[in-house]
Amino acid sequence: MADKLKLEMVTPYKQVLSEEVDEITAPGFIGELGILPDHTPLLTTLKVGELTYKNGNESFHVAVNWGYLEVEENTVTVLVDTAERADEIDLARAKAALGRAEEALKTLPPEDKKYMIMEAALQRALIRIRVASEGR
Amino acid sequence: MPSLKDIKKRISSVKNTEQITKAMKMVAAAKLRRAQEAAVAARPYAEKLHAVMSNLAQREEADGHALLSQRGTGRALIVLMTADRGLCGGFNANVSKEAERMIRNNEHGFDDIDLMIIGRKGRDFLKNRVGDKIVKVHENITSDATYKTAQLIGQEIVNDYSEEKYDAVYVIYNAFQSAIVQNVTVERVLPIEPQETETIKENSVDYLYEPDRGDVLSQLLPKMVEVQIFRALLESNASEQGARMSSMDSASRNAAEMIGKLTLQYNRARQAAITKELMEIISGAESIK
Repeated sequence: MADKLKLEMVTPYKQVLSEEVDEITAPGFIGELGILPDHTPLLTTLKVGELTYKNGNESFHVAVNWGYLEVEENTVTVLVDTAERADEIDLARAKAALGRAEEALKTLPPEDKKYMIMEAALQRALIRIRVASEGR
Repeated sequence: MPSLKDIKKRISSVKNTEQITKAMKMVAAAKLRRAQEAAVAARPYAEKLHAVMSNLAQREEADGHALLSQRGTGRALIVLMTADRGLCGGFNANVSKEAERMIRNNEHGFDDIDLMIIGRKGRDFLKNRVGDKIVKVHENITSDATYKTAQLIGQEIVNDYSEEKYDAVYVIYNAFQSAIVQNVTVERVLPIEPQETETIKENSVDYLYEPDRGDVLSQLLPKMVEVQIFRALLESNASEQGARMSSMDSASRNAAEMIGKLTLQYNRARQAAITKELMEIISGAESIK
């Protein structure tokens, strides 16, 4: 019975995290999922969202973009396109992006190819803002 | 015999060249370090992805997916990675020649081979040789290759492949070995080769898949292509800087050598002129006596 999970988070640019943690909550493709030690092997894709991990009483928030998560023998490997910790997020920029996306969505017809792109941008901005405000 | 003034002019022009090549060498060295760091930083991601893939392949017959199945020898696409700028020795010519050779020899017997070129120099080199094969040219993306660029190229390739426009996709790039050694490398990107299963783990407990196996696989496979392109871009960039650094180094050395030779020539000519003048003065003095 292990009491800790090893969390490894990697993006194409660098290894973001490699830490022992108690609990992980991740934005799974079909819904939020929590992972505790001794979880069964799992492979899931992630969507844009907020990944939270707890270490003792402290909890940390990371905004992640598309990626996937693998659980195997108490090692959780997270591969994502981007990962930003709360303190790395530029709140002003995220808010500006949110405004831009909202504006664009008002004017674009939903059939437009750009609509989907802007919708994704809107979601990313929302997540960033949430993570940034929670992490402070 | 060139005059003193001519030699002096040449010396100063060679000195100018030397300064430029020296500066370029320093810049390339600095860029090389950054490019190398980027290539190293990207490694864990690629390794982890490979690990997960082989894990996946080991647990199931991964065939059946479009990106894995062999489709025979219809049309092929070659993605050639070159630089936008020259003055880097054989860097661009080596890969471009390899691409030309592949197209001309067509060892795998494809019906037709298209060429996608990254970097201006590759296009310049090949447009008069196999210009009709070039379908696309991307410029100004190698010097600061982001994952986004690799992603866009990767998606383009995967789309074309899925629509059966191509039956195989290769990349040709300079793999980075060291600052002075680059290896021209040809890799097949699509169809994806099944991973070799090295060690079958003892607890072959099956994974839980969310949403399900097929979905996970079909999201992972395009990722593999993107990562491969990204890695090739980074390596190519590091190689380019390495090649430029070493070629600029030898250029600086040649310039220094040339300056030495010219200086010698200049001094000789100067001495000859002085001797001549002296002789004239002496003979003039003699005649007055």
